[in-house]
Amino acid sequence: MSDTSRRIPDRLQSPGLKALKSWESLLLAVAIAIFITNSFLSPYFLDAWNLSDATFNFTEKAMIAFAMALLIIAGEIDLSVASIIALASTAMGYALQFDVGTWGLVAIGLGTGLLCGAFNGALVTGLGLPSIVVTIGTMSLFRGISYIVLGDQGFRGYPPEFSFFGQGYVWWVISFEFVLFAVLALIYYVVLHRTNFGRAIYAIGNNPTGALFSGIRVDRVKFILFLLTGLMAGVAAVCLTARLGSTRPTIALGWELEIVTMVVLGGVNILGGSGSIPGVVIAAFVIGLVTFGLGLLNVPGIVMSIFIGGLLIGVIALPRLWAMWRG
Amino acid sequence: MQQLAPTSTAGHSGDPALTLSGITKTFPGVKALNAVSLELYPGQVTALIGENGAGKSTIVKVLTGIYRPDAGQMSVDGQPVRFNTAQDATETGITAIHQETVLFDELSVAENIFIGHAPRGRFGLIDTARMHAKAAEILDRIDAPLDPATPLKDLGIANKHLVAIARALSVDARVVIMDEPTAALSQKEIEELYDLVERLKSEGRSILFISHKFDEIFRIADRYVVFRDGEHVGAGSMADVTEADLVQLMVGRAVDQIFPDRPHATGAEVLRIDNLAHPTEFEDIDLTLNAGEILGVYGLVGAGRSELMQAIFGITRPSGGTIRIDGVETVIRSPADAIARGIVYVPEDRGKQGAILGLPIFQNVTLPSLGRTSRAGFLRLAEEFALARGYADRLDLRAAALDQDVGNLSGGNQQKVVIAKWLATKPKVIILDEPTKGIDIGSKAAVHAFMAELAAEGLAVIMVSSEIPEILGMSDRVIVMREGLIATELTGADLTPETLVRHAAGIRSQAPERAAGVVQ
Amino acid sequence: MRRALTSREALLVGVILSLLALIASRFPAFVRPANLVDVFTDTAPLIILALGQAVVILTRCIDLSVASNLALTGMVCAMLNVAYPGLPIPVILLVALALGALLGAFNGVLVWTLGIPPIVVTLGTLTIYRGLIFVMSDGEWVNAHEMSAAFTGFPRAEIFGLPVLAWIAIAATVVLLIVVARTPLGRAFYAVGGNPNAAVYTGLDVGKTQFWAFVLSGTLSGLCGYLWVARYAVAYVDIARGFELEVVAACVIGGIAIAGGAGTIMGAVLGALFLGIIKNALPVVGISPFWQLAISGAAIVIAVAFNARAGRRKGRLILKRAEREAQA
Repeated sequence: MSDTSRRIPDRLQSPGLKALKSWESLLLAVAIAIFITNSFLSPYFLDAWNLSDATFNFTEKAMIAFAMALLIIAGEIDLSVASIIALASTAMGYALQFDVGTWGLVAIGLGTGLLCGAFNGALVTGLGLPSIVVTIGTMSLFRGISYIVLGDQGFRGYPPEFSFFGQGYVWWVISFEFVLFAVLALIYYVVLHRTNFGRAIYAIGNNPTGALFSGIRVDRVKFILFLLTGLMAGVAAVCLTARLGSTRPTIALGWELEIVTMVVLGGVNILGGSGSIPGVVIAAFVIGLVTFGLGLLNVPGIVMSIFIGGLLIGVIALPRLWAMWRG
Repeated sequence: MQQLAPTSTAGHSGDPALTLSGITKTFPGVKALNAVSLELYPGQVTALIGENGAGKSTIVKVLTGIYRPDAGQMSVDGQPVRFNTAQDATETGITAIHQETVLFDELSVAENIFIGHAPRGRFGLIDTARMHAKAAEILDRIDAPLDPATPLKDLGIANKHLVAIARALSVDARVVIMDEPTAALSQKEIEELYDLVERLKSEGRSILFISHKFDEIFRIADRYVVFRDGEHVGAGSMADVTEADLVQLMVGRAVDQIFPDRPHATGAEVLRIDNLAHPTEFEDIDLTLNAGEILGVYGLVGAGRSELMQAIFGITRPSGGTIRIDGVETVIRSPADAIARGIVYVPEDRGKQGAILGLPIFQNVTLPSLGRTSRAGFLRLAEEFALARGYADRLDLRAAALDQDVGNLSGGNQQKVVIAKWLATKPKVIILDEPTKGIDIGSKAAVHAFMAELAAEGLAVIMVSSEIPEILGMSDRVIVMREGLIATELTGADLTPETLVRHAAGIRSQAPERAAGVVQ
Repeated sequence: MRRALTSREALLVGVILSLLALIASRFPAFVRPANLVDVFTDTAPLIILALGQAVVILTRCIDLSVASNLALTGMVCAMLNVAYPGLPIPVILLVALALGALLGAFNGVLVWTLGIPPIVVTLGTLTIYRGLIFVMSDGEWVNAHEMSAAFTGFPRAEIFGLPVLAWIAIAATVVLLIVVARTPLGRAFYAVGGNPNAAVYTGLDVGKTQFWAFVLSGTLSGLCGYLWVARYAVAYVDIARGFELEVVAACVIGGIAIAGGAGTIMGAVLGALFLGIIKNALPVVGISPFWQLAISGAAIVIAVAFNARAGRRKGRLILKRAEREAQA
């Protein structure tokens, strides 16, 4: 039936060429351009310690963004992540009085994140509810519990060793958080792009019914992704709490938006099915560089949020406008 | 009841109310309509006949403004028309009772009838009283005992259908399209529908009547048009044709299509199903399947064939009965379970259930077999390409590269990818649901040849199909399903187009009828 | 009106009455007419926003920008009042309605013409609109003493013993009830959300219908913007922050199906009243107001789960036996 003259090639174009033409390359060019612009705009920009400080603008958010990218590629979303941070941080602050030690605090932070993720995952996969609404609800619920515990008060007095997770440096200007960010980026890269589990995520996001009909346990995969997202919010809570040295119920308020923006800017399709970890990593740098640059120019945080919101809509709108323009 | 003797059947007096010519509509990979023509005359019922995938639904969508044709002209009373929206078609006087439910559960009966053209009163508000009165009038005309204020969600299927009919009649329609209007109705309701058709005829309206049931076509149609594979293959007066003529036109392929010659030798029993039941979809299902056998499953659309197959594949949970594989009773809770036990399913809905259109060919092929191509959960692309290549060659896949998205392939090649995906799991039983629906002749032949090859290798094959030549040409044995039950099993000399159609439609069958004519 | 009280509405009325009875058994002062008027007036903005949100959700969308729209419009009205103290209230109202509609239309256009998911659009405009307040006001507050008496007095003026704010909530409810029940657009909201595929078959434009839902929601948010700022006699960047979640909660509790196409305007109003009563009762029964966020969150989760259970679709009926049983 087959003859070798009409053999189908494995690939239409080499992986290198494909990568060059990708969204990620474009984004990388943007990142470099912003970097260069920043260095001209402010004399303080090209300073190792300043640049190191700038990474804190995105490391914690990016950790969550990795897991969120997987979740969004699989066609779901978790808007409660910032509230999970608040609850995990509150749980750690509450545990201070029991003298659980630094590792005890970390375990409590991560455990709270996992529990919250499991709660979201169970509601979405167990009861078949839409994740947008479920996590809008748990977004209020989780932060609400923080308010119940804290009111207008706060927790402080974290042990000095604990502060390493948010303020420590591994080597010279390289912070613990940055190393953690890099390691997690690598792990998520491998999971999404190099494992069967990652392949299942793409299949589910492209076509959940087709994935189910192909023997993928769709609900189980989704549940694991909610767990992972909760866990990463727990990790971010440990880092952020350690960095700030205190817990207030307003901690990480509005972060869900910045995280989703990071993911979408990284080229992840908000409707699911496509996206990559390198894209999210570069997007994290872009957002970090922009906020840092605007900060150097004394632009207040709330004005930066206009930029973030505009970026979120613009990144999705522009390709569509372009497609409409070309008919 | 006897067929009325229509005075105008012999030569269609007068000019057509609606004329289509050269209508072409192409979808990616499929030419759904190829330069078809159609003429509808006032006061006459024209039956549109064809197999699934012949282009009937597409022409209905063109006529009602849902699809815009790529080429061709449409004219009403000699005036050329173009439809941009469904509203345009309605305003021109073309209305349809669609096969799919196009009703709204949360709205009332009257609102469903009048959505888009509700009577307005003061301040431009909807005049509810007048709307209810007009709805009651229309419902009365079709003898539907429904309260216009009832929410639609409170109605059963048959009554919803009456609402759909009432909706079609709520505009002063010149042309009424009925797409399998009796599919969901009981005998009594069907009789009432026939009366309605007669009334519409006498009012001078043109009716396009789409049906699979020959008895009703012969009873109410004046003219016929036959489509096959998106082309117009015949038209004329019902008085001039016999059932056999129409079947011949419909399946014409029987003469030009050659099925692989294969021995009817079968091996040991692989699959045995006893008394399988589902609360709403099927019951009393007993069947056996042997290695090397192709079991055809025939029936009309909605007979419960796909639902049965999906229960065997673990998509839905049966409420009772047993499934045995190689004599061992097994419980299948999910497709993953089914695949692990050697049962795979090529679904009818290729785009939604069969393939992951946004993923490349090789990834589609390896998706259920990742356990074998990977090591410790890590992908090995070289293994994946090798596996995909083997089946691509074997199935004669036409593609630019193995990393091309499946969505860019033609229907036939998409189907080959789906079949390859399942063969890669090395199954014992493969269920193919309408395996050649909507694919070109060349790919069809390739799929048929491949099925024969699989059976010869000892695979047990179940083939669900609505195409009579395919059923006749490929099966060793055929089960006919009707209304969720197995109507009969046919082999050898009993296996003819006529017996298939009769058992599937439940007409004039030798056995006493089991389910038709529900007493209200 | 015969079917106005379907099971969900009746259930909510029952719950609200028993809630009131429960509170009254310990704190009779809570159910005094004067206090009930206060509770209703306090809940009025939530009711008005829930009306708009209900319509948006009916069309299978969601509008998370309502609170930011409210705050932005409120700030514009306040600054307008400071700049031109003589500007008559009807003009202010008109500005509030128009600006709100414009902000809603911006959401709607992005959803309609570019097909961007509503959650993304409104998550973006949520921050953009609020950021704009800062840009406009430079982070400054507009305080009571800067506003004119007429400006702050309007929502509190009483007619037949009920403040104007409460009357506006009632009027908005009536208008929305009529729009939804008696206009083609109102019925289209249900049709488009309930069965978009079928909506196309009947010639309805899904995107355009969603656009109008966003305009409606925006207009009501704008109206609330002025009323909110005038009632509390203060305008600043953070007013009503996070209020959008309470609005969504009111709708979900009121039985508006998040998948679109099902639910009633009365349900949304009752959902808002339910939350309003809890909010006002918390301090009375001695629970910290900090519980409120968690309560609305829990209410969303429970209500969504409840809605999904009630609305679970049945499979198709092939067996004649099953069909007979279903009809019986």
